[in-house]
Amino acid sequence: MYKILKYSFYDLIRSRWSFIYLLFYLLLGIVLLFLNSNLSNAIVTLLNVITVLIPLIGTIFGVMYYYDSKEFTELLLAQPIKRSNIFLGQYLGVAISLSISLIVGLGVPFIYYGLFISDKIFEFLTLIIVGTFLTFIFTAISFFIAISFENKIKGFGVAILVWLLLAVIYDGVFLIFLVYFEQYPLDMFSLGAIMSNPIDLARTLMLLKLDISALLGYTGAVFKKFFGTNLGVILSYLVLIFWMIIPILGIVWKSNKKDF
Amino acid sequence: MITFHDVKKDFGKLEVLKKINLKINQGGIFAILGPNGSGKTTLIKSILGMVIPQSGAIKIHDQNILKQWKYREQIDYLPQIANFPANLKVIELINMIKDIRSGNCREQELIQLFKISHFLDKKLGHLSGGTKQRVNLVLTFMFNSPLIILDEPTSGLDPVALITLKELIIKEKKAGKTIIITSHIMSFVEEISDEIVFILDGNIHFQGTISALKEQTKENHFEYAIASILKENYV
Repeated sequence: MYKILKYSFYDLIRSRWSFIYLLFYLLLGIVLLFLNSNLSNAIVTLLNVITVLIPLIGTIFGVMYYYDSKEFTELLLAQPIKRSNIFLGQYLGVAISLSISLIVGLGVPFIYYGLFISDKIFEFLTLIIVGTFLTFIFTAISFFIAISFENKIKGFGVAILVWLLLAVIYDGVFLIFLVYFEQYPLDMFSLGAIMSNPIDLARTLMLLKLDISALLGYTGAVFKKFFGTNLGVILSYLVLIFWMIIPILGIVWKSNKKDF
Repeated sequence: MITFHDVKKDFGKLEVLKKINLKINQGGIFAILGPNGSGKTTLIKSILGMVIPQSGAIKIHDQNILKQWKYREQIDYLPQIANFPANLKVIELINMIKDIRSGNCREQELIQLFKISHFLDKKLGHLSGGTKQRVNLVLTFMFNSPLIILDEPTSGLDPVALITLKELIIKEKKAGKTIIITSHIMSFVEEISDEIVFILDGNIHFQGTISALKEQTKENHFEYAIASILKENYV
C-alpha cells in the first residue's frame, strides 16, 4: 500500500490542481489577515469557507482521480498487490495531498502574521484539524461512490448530489424542522441531527471553540452544555472518525467484489 | 497447472462463462480461441482475480485463488488494450512497475529486443498503438514468471515485431513456462500453439491439439476446422 500511496501522492503533488488549491488558501489567508488585521475574524470567515469548500473539493478530486487513474489501476490489479491496498493507497494519496495544500496554504500566512504569539493558536489548530477531517471524510465518500459506479458521469453526479445534500439541503431541512416543531423539546433531536452530518458537526465544533455559540440561537445553550464538556468534544471527534471509517470500509468492501 | 471447476460468471443478464471446466497443464503454449464476446478475456481475467466468478473454483497448483494475491507473483499478464497513464514517460512506467513488483528484472534485454530504447523518454500518451503494444510486451515479459498470459499479443504489431514476439514466446516455452494466449490470427495460433481451447458462448467446445481438431472436424485446414465448429453450433 505504501508504494501505491507514494506514487499517487507524487502524481498529485506535481499536478496543477493541487498547486492551484494551495495557492487559493495562501491568497485567502493573506487577504483575510492583512486586510482584516484580526485573527479571530479571519478564522470565522475561513470556517465558513472551509465547511463548504473542503467537502466540495474533496468530492471532486476524489471522483476525478479515481476515474482518471483507471488505466493505471487496471495495470496494478494484475500485479501481486492486495486489491484493497491499491484503492486505499490511492485514496490516502489524494486525501494527504489535499490536506497538505490546506495546512501549508493556511499555515504559512497565519504563522507569518504571528499565530504563535497570539492566543488564538488553539482555535486555528481546531480549524486545521476539522478541515483535515473533512478532507479525509469527503475524499473517502467520493472514492466509495466512484468505485460503485462504472459510469463516470453517473458517479460524478451522485458524488455532487451527496455533497449538495450534506452541505446545503441538510441545513435547510434541519432549519425548517426546527421552526415547524418549535413548541416541542428539540434538544436531543438537534444534537442527533448535527452528529449525523460531518459538515454540521465540524461547524458546531468550531463555533463552540470560538465561543460564539450565541449565534446558534436557542439550542445554543444545549450545545454549549454538550460540546463544551470534554466528553462532548471527545464524542464529536469520535463521530468524525466514525464518519471517516465507514466510507473507507465501504471502499475495501466494494473493491473486493468488483470486476475489472 | 491451472484448473477450473464449474466456473460461472454473469454480468447482469449476460452469462459470460457457463460452468467452465478446464485443465491447463504445466509447460507449453495454450491458445484460447473463440469469436468476439465468447468469454476469452473474462476467462483470462478470472485467472488473475480481476473478475470474480459467481460460483466454482479456480485453482493454480491446487491452491484456490479466490481472495488471494500472492500467487500473481508467478504470473506475467499482457492486457488486451494497452491503457497506460498518458502523462507518464515510458521509462518512468517501467521503473514504477519494477519498484511495485520487486523481483529480478530483465528489462534492458527486452528494451533492446523490442527496440523501444529511443522511446524511453517519450510520454505514453504520444506513442502509436504498435509502440504501446511493444512497451506492454516489455512490461509483461520483464519479470520472468513461470506462467505467462497474453491477451491479443499481436494487436498492432508490425511484421518485424511479430517475428520477435514469436521467437520470444518459443524461447520461453523451451524454458519450461506455461503460456496462455488469445488471438484472432489463426496462422499465428497454428504456428505456435501446442494445444487449443475453443470457447463459444461461455462453453468450452473443444480442447486438444490442432491435429486432433482437424481429425474431429475432418478438415485439412485449421481455419476451416475452426469455422466448422462454429457452423455446427450456429446452424
